[in-house]
Amino acid sequence: MNGMLKKILQMKNDSTEKTLFVALALCLVCSIVVSTAAVGLKPLQQKNRADDIRRNILDVAGLLEPGVDINEAFANIEPRVVDLTTGEITEAVDPLTYEQRKASRDPDRSRPVPADADIADIKRRADYATVYFVKDNGNTRLIILPVHGYGLWSTLYGFLALQPDGNTVYSLKFYEHGETPGLGGEVDNPRWRSLWRGKKIYGDDHETVRLEVVRGQVDPGSAGVEHKIDGLAGATLTSKGVSNLVQYWLGENGFGPFLKKMAGDTT
Amino acid sequence: MASEAKKVLLDPLFDNNPIALQVLGVCSALAVTTKLSTALIMCAALTAVTACSNASISMIRHHIPTNIRIIVQMTIIASLVIVVDQILQAYAYRMSKELSVFVGLIITNCIVLGRAEAYAMKNPAGLSFLDGIGNGLGYSLILIVVGTVRELIGSGSLLGYEILPLAANGGWYVPNGMMLLPPSAFFIIGLFIWALRTWKTAQVEKAEYQIHQVHRSGGM
Repeated sequence: MNGMLKKILQMKNDSTEKTLFVALALCLVCSIVVSTAAVGLKPLQQKNRADDIRRNILDVAGLLEPGVDINEAFANIEPRVVDLTTGEITEAVDPLTYEQRKASRDPDRSRPVPADADIADIKRRADYATVYFVKDNGNTRLIILPVHGYGLWSTLYGFLALQPDGNTVYSLKFYEHGETPGLGGEVDNPRWRSLWRGKKIYGDDHETVRLEVVRGQVDPGSAGVEHKIDGLAGATLTSKGVSNLVQYWLGENGFGPFLKKMAGDTT
Repeated sequence: MASEAKKVLLDPLFDNNPIALQVLGVCSALAVTTKLSTALIMCAALTAVTACSNASISMIRHHIPTNIRIIVQMTIIASLVIVVDQILQAYAYRMSKELSVFVGLIITNCIVLGRAEAYAMKNPAGLSFLDGIGNGLGYSLILIVVGTVRELIGSGSLLGYEILPLAANGGWYVPNGMMLLPPSAFFIIGLFIWALRTWKTAQVEKAEYQIHQVHRSGGM
């Protein structure tokens, strides 16, 4: 073995054999280095990602203050799993271990979204979704729904916080997206996010989702202004994508049945 | 030898600065310098990648076939960048989210490939490593200067701590929003180069051509 290696190393650098040998050996060494780093650091990265998601949930619930302890603040937040088809809360799935993103890729735990209903362009939807109840002295203060859908370049993943009436928006926050910084990336802008507060989701029939992001500025005198949010300047397609994904997840194929049940419970 | 080591380590700071003199790696200098903290992480990442890639390329330099040498260099650089990216995701997650694609783009930073091709291919591993560190420091110097100026004037803070009390918080300082936009980094780098070339006049390039004054006598 050693003799062979020596022979190869002594070959002329530009011979075909040596070129092939160097290329193969280099690829082998580099792939070992890269995969060792990726595999070895995975547990830490997963913990970071989970903490980041929890931080975003606290943010959308308005509980993220500087220096707050995530675990402590999270004590007021109760994750529950919802069966999206019936809208019922189910105990069959453990909310602490359930991963909706993984489930939506698994044919046994998800279903294809019919093309005409797939306005958020998500292709498949998991059967179950984790929602979060923000409690305040035992009463539900907010309901947080996970939402996702396609923007211009990327799938946006985020959380939508609603008042317990299931019809009033409290806040919207995306924790993962690849939209253009400065244009579509302005979905992270606090000023734009604040426009969502207090907007109403459903029309008078309590059925149709009227909430939408319009193109340009909302005319304060126009009809249905309580459902409309300013579009992002220079980001028509991202705004459209956000509008679509919010409409999909609040509609009958998303959390519609669940929200209807919630509203029925409180009134 | 010691003086050679000192030279490769310190020359890139002022005498042969990769950004100010060679004008390489400017793209990331514009993108990550709105805040000093992201600039510092970027400096550390780039310095680590340049030093390690220089050292490993130098170690195998006698066996790299000339016709695939750029691919060999790029493979090594790309692997190191992935490793750095993974480490950032594990130990500095929020920073890595803020830097987003720019860590990955170290692969395309001309400083890294430039040093591999210009220095590591011809010099021993130890010196190449120091050369990588030196050039990383030269890059860092500019990024830290630009990051400091931009964060201080653009947000009134340094590393997130408020230095100039903002008018919005009841202070007196109204931040200059232009400093947060990429062109401001161009201006600061330009001013830095100007100052450097006033100090070290040897860096001033000869004009490539001169417009001759034509004297005409008489009327038109």
